[in-house]
Amino acid sequence: MNTQHKRLLQRTYIVLIFGFMYLPIAVLIAYSFNESKSRAVFTGFTLGWYKSLLQNEMILSALATSVVLALVSSVIATVLGTLATIGINSMSRRTQLIVNNISYVPVVNPEIITGVSLMLLFVLLQRAGLGGEGGIFGWFTLLVAHITFNVPYVIFNVSPKLRQLDPSLYNAAQDLGCTPRQAFFKVILPQLTPAILSAFLICLTYSIDDFMISYFNCGTMQTLPIAIYSMTRKKVSPEINALSAIMFLIILAIILVSNALDSRTYRKNQAAIRKSMAQA
Amino acid sequence: MNWIKKCLAASCALLLAAGAALPAAAGQITVNEDIAVSDGYDWTRFAGQNLTLNVYNWGLYISDGSDESVDVVSAFEELTGIRVNYTTFDSNESLYAKMKSGGASYDVIFPSEYMVGKMIAEDMLAPLDYANIPNMAAIGEEYKGWAFDPDNAYSVPYMWGTTGLIYNTTMVDEPPTDWAALWDVQYANNVLMFNNSRDAYAIAAKKLGLSLNPNSVEEVDLVMQELQDQKSVVQAYVMDEIFDKMEGGEAAMAPYYAGDALTMIADNPDLAFIHPTEGVNFFVDSMCIPATSKNKEAAEMFINYMCETSVGYANCDYIGYSTPIDAVWELLDDELKYSPIAYPGTEVMDKAEVFTTLPDEINAELDAKWSEMKSYDESGGSWMVVIFLVGAVLLSCFNIWRKVRKKVRDNY
Repeated sequence: MNTQHKRLLQRTYIVLIFGFMYLPIAVLIAYSFNESKSRAVFTGFTLGWYKSLLQNEMILSALATSVVLALVSSVIATVLGTLATIGINSMSRRTQLIVNNISYVPVVNPEIITGVSLMLLFVLLQRAGLGGEGGIFGWFTLLVAHITFNVPYVIFNVSPKLRQLDPSLYNAAQDLGCTPRQAFFKVILPQLTPAILSAFLICLTYSIDDFMISYFNCGTMQTLPIAIYSMTRKKVSPEINALSAIMFLIILAIILVSNALDSRTYRKNQAAIRKSMAQA
Repeated sequence: MNWIKKCLAASCALLLAAGAALPAAAGQITVNEDIAVSDGYDWTRFAGQNLTLNVYNWGLYISDGSDESVDVVSAFEELTGIRVNYTTFDSNESLYAKMKSGGASYDVIFPSEYMVGKMIAEDMLAPLDYANIPNMAAIGEEYKGWAFDPDNAYSVPYMWGTTGLIYNTTMVDEPPTDWAALWDVQYANNVLMFNNSRDAYAIAAKKLGLSLNPNSVEEVDLVMQELQDQKSVVQAYVMDEIFDKMEGGEAAMAPYYAGDALTMIADNPDLAFIHPTEGVNFFVDSMCIPATSKNKEAAEMFINYMCETSVGYANCDYIGYSTPIDAVWELLDDELKYSPIAYPGTEVMDKAEVFTTLPDEINAELDAKWSEMKSYDESGGSWMVVIFLVGAVLLSCFNIWRKVRKKVRDNY
């Protein structure tokens, strides 16, 4: 096999993989412009589903619930998870092992078990009189449930990064006059930022995505996946295609902008380093 | 958000004051260009009380403003000043589970007939006060007094329909007339079937000439055997995928709900629909108020509103199912009004049967046999499970052996 063949093979492989990943999304976006409701035949181009989506209060309010819930729960889970990681890191090896394994259980646990058990807990609390006449199901339970399943993901994203850090960094900072708090905020936290950010993004996606756990704990509220699921006796409306297309584009835009910003800071840093080298 | 609602209510009141200028029929309050309600009812008695009604309905089962339809829920909010928290479910069973879990309290729900019966039996519904629902009089007599709620003490009909057989005229040699066509080997791999135990059972039972409400466990076994025999002919067990498969010509025949069949025929004129001669299932989705509701009177106002002619018409137009409100039926196009699909004549209705609530042991048998039937594989696929299990055990043994060997080697 000569190099040209090899390259061709490589290219086909890459195209295939990306095809698998992005073709479904492309089809979904294409059908959001389909004039008829059918998912089989393309009858003509229209922007009607986008217009109709903006008028559909139920989908929009479900979307708002999902987005706000995802943001709030991810922020709280990221803070809690980061603090937990730092706590775990300063434990003895044995306790670390035990605590890490315990926090790993919710991740491997099937979602349905987490969902039902949380619901049972909330029902128990409600029976005990918590939440008054209206019951506690609603925002509170949804938020607690989402934070619960998000925290382990933060721990497992941040702790490897923390373990990689040189432990003497913290001591050095203190030697140079930092109080423990300053040492944490000025030295440790900036090092952890990339891991914390990626943990936050993971939480955000899991939270928007979640159906099972929300389903059991939402009370009379409705997140986006639940709204879509309930459409399956009739036919899932192409408005959902339109909504998915918009969400995909927004996420794509966020990724592109954050990458552009990253590479700009990187170039700036490199330039500064080169400058200082030249001066030296 | 509250001030917006107040503004809306205020502007609504202004509109009402200027009502004389609007082209409203006599005795009507105009809410917007499509919705007008009778003025003999005190719609605004809860305005300004910051009341929220939790309404739980089937997905896509109300005219919601999408696709140029009328948004009936926000018109209700505008009219009454009551906020509606509108959410949706996918099946009677998930509605039931949700209510039983104690995790949610609803004010208006939309169960189908057999679920209404079950909920009445379990004291989950509140009896309705018809002084607050004068529009009950608008519901046609033939839709009242069915066995699941003989006096309509708990339920008001919302939409009804029948099941039937939808087929592609270009893919069958001669038009089918009965359910037995779904067992015809000539159409092997070209038949779709309900992916829902109760509806699928009904078809097989009717084919055998039995009631779709089994009386004994043996009857369930017999009918489920019939479904198992059908399995080699069935291409797939589906629910909403039926729309795409039938419209796209991927299957020759499928059973489904009459209202949805109309939607499919509109998209693909090659399709046709019949009510099989053995008899069909007649279903009524009703509006009920759970016993746990804290705003019962406002919930009754909502039900009354849903029975208004203009609201009923908007819903009927959007959903495509058949309406139980006579005045709405009068408004329909002649084509739909006299459609044998949506409003079949007595020869179909006389043979139609309603689901009733099944005793627990029969229900359990039905569920068990249904999943057994679905997982049954003629080609001996059960072997695969054993092979996979043995494979997994061997793999883990190998792994342990490797680790042990490594440990032993490290010790030296």
